[in-house]
Amino acid sequence: MLDIRFPIGLMFSIFGLIITVYGLATIGDDAMYARSLNVNVNLISGVCTLLFGLIMLFFSEPVKKLMKRK
Amino acid sequence: MDTKFALHGIDYLIMIVYFVFVLGIGWALKKYMKNAAAFLEAGRSIPAWVAGLAFISTNLGALEVMGMTGSGLKYGMLTAHFYWIGAIPAMVFLALFMMRFYYGSKARSVPEYLKLRFDEKTRGLNAILFAVMTVLASGISMYALALLLENVLGWNFNVSLFASAAIVLGYTYLGGLSSAIYNEVLQFFIIVIGLLPMAFLVMKDVGGWSGMQASLAPIVESKGFAADAWTTTWKYTGTGSANPLGVAWYGIFVGLGFVLSFGYWCTNFLIVQRAMAAESMTAARKVPLIGAIPKMFIPFLIIVPGIAALVLLNDPLKGFALPLNDAGQPIYDYTIIMLLKQYLPAGVLGLGVTALLASFMSGMAGNVSAFNTVWTYDIYQSYIRPSTGNKEADDKHYLKVGKMATIVGVIVSIAAAYIASKFGNIMDFLQTIFSMINAPLFAVIFLGMFWKRSTGNAAFTGLLAGFLVALVHHGLTQPEGATTLVKGGWLGVVHTYPVEMAQNFWTAIIAFTVATLLMVIISLLSKRTKSDAELDGLVYSMTKKLDDSGVVWYNRPWFLALIVGIIMIVLSILFW
Repeated sequence: MLDIRFPIGLMFSIFGLIITVYGLATIGDDAMYARSLNVNVNLISGVCTLLFGLIMLFFSEPVKKLMKRK
Repeated sequence: MDTKFALHGIDYLIMIVYFVFVLGIGWALKKYMKNAAAFLEAGRSIPAWVAGLAFISTNLGALEVMGMTGSGLKYGMLTAHFYWIGAIPAMVFLALFMMRFYYGSKARSVPEYLKLRFDEKTRGLNAILFAVMTVLASGISMYALALLLENVLGWNFNVSLFASAAIVLGYTYLGGLSSAIYNEVLQFFIIVIGLLPMAFLVMKDVGGWSGMQASLAPIVESKGFAADAWTTTWKYTGTGSANPLGVAWYGIFVGLGFVLSFGYWCTNFLIVQRAMAAESMTAARKVPLIGAIPKMFIPFLIIVPGIAALVLLNDPLKGFALPLNDAGQPIYDYTIIMLLKQYLPAGVLGLGVTALLASFMSGMAGNVSAFNTVWTYDIYQSYIRPSTGNKEADDKHYLKVGKMATIVGVIVSIAAAYIASKFGNIMDFLQTIFSMINAPLFAVIFLGMFWKRSTGNAAFTGLLAGFLVALVHHGLTQPEGATTLVKGGWLGVVHTYPVEMAQNFWTAIIAFTVATLLMVIISLLSKRTKSDAELDGLVYSMTKKLDDSGVVWYNRPWFLALIVGIIMIVLSILFW
């Protein structure tokens, strides 16, 4: 059966990537980050989400199989 | 106060990616849906950690999340009782003592366990009540979601309703229970990741836990409570009037910690179904325990920000306010929505909104996937078309029925959503009725599992009488200041409770007591209908003890239960 870690990992990696890039693009946008207490919350949250996604992917069956083949 | 969010393209992008994955999981599971057992029971093949996260995720619907943050604002840290004393002991009990009978009896649903243990009529009563209530509950979720999308995102109510119904139908029809469970796990992670930035920012804004305590003191004292009444759990429960919940410690212990929580966690098929889908007996027993560990930390994500919102509300410089209803009262359920709006910029806001959407949808999917199982096995197979004996043909037929039931369940839910939009109060009333069904059901299942002498007639009478007594009690009492008959008193008011919570607790306690007493008396007066041999695997004293010696020590349910117990005690002491 499908290993749920794979779709979870893939989805959160994509989320993380989108938000990290968006956070990088908006560095210095003080007006935008005034509401989040001048914290670039996209950058922090994006990197953490990406990390979580990659860890899930790393432990998922399809990736394990792929690594064994190599 | 304007509740509308200003969403950007990136927020919509995140939402769309989520929907693609939700439907994609259903699509990927489609090829495994070859028979009724795969579709309705997930083929009993789900790993313990997946089922464990789904187990708590089912309960973490959006209505629950929104309600709990609002309760954090209203009642403070005492709300955490719903996650600690009001959940953990019941989950541990289910894991250690009850799961082996649900799982080991080969019953495919809770009503079917009642059939095996007692008789057909007890199963029938439970199955019909459950099927009706689940579809209505799913309709109410849908209604609340569409209303939220209208108020917060400015989407059209009808379009939102049909679009969300279509997505839920899509993934439950394609992948059945497995798909519902997998998506609940996805939802669990997205709730945590989507709400964490908000929780972090609000706590930073109020100066952390100690800053929040200091700011709360004058606000809370002006309400007539002790300075730390909002940041403690047990300290002011010596008398009900000293704490904002209005319930004393024994009320919390018996009402919430025993009757309500055991009635909910140990007998609600919606919840138990997740553990019954586990891949093995050991896994099934571990499911509630694995779920219990993250469960205990959820208050920090959704209740504590609600408490901090009380500080924000009282600080004009923060510019934080709640929307008001027609009567000019703040709508507490919108606390979390307003917190997301207050702190999150585009990007993480998309994650936060997706988290709410996700929790609404998995709530609906959970109800639909429990409904189709009970309908197919406990109503259709029992009363409409019994098995023919041809296993292969039967299996095909019941798979088709299960799939049809999924479609019909969603259609009836949509109808229920429109009924709810006509009568707003119906939501409160249904939730009350649910607790009236659960309390006597727990009495019946508990006595059934642990007392071999209990009989079918006694179970049926206990179930019915407990429900009716709860209904009458609700009809005769009212919480103070009630304005509608939905809150009770529709038979005339003989007693008034200080708060609604106290009324709920007592309704459940009385229903449970009546069901238990009646069941004991009738069992003793009637002849046993099942022999000792027939009760093997269904009743504690008739079943061989489970031997865990083949399982590694850290994988044994008793060891996990010990860890869960220690964490709960430590948390209770830290937030005493």
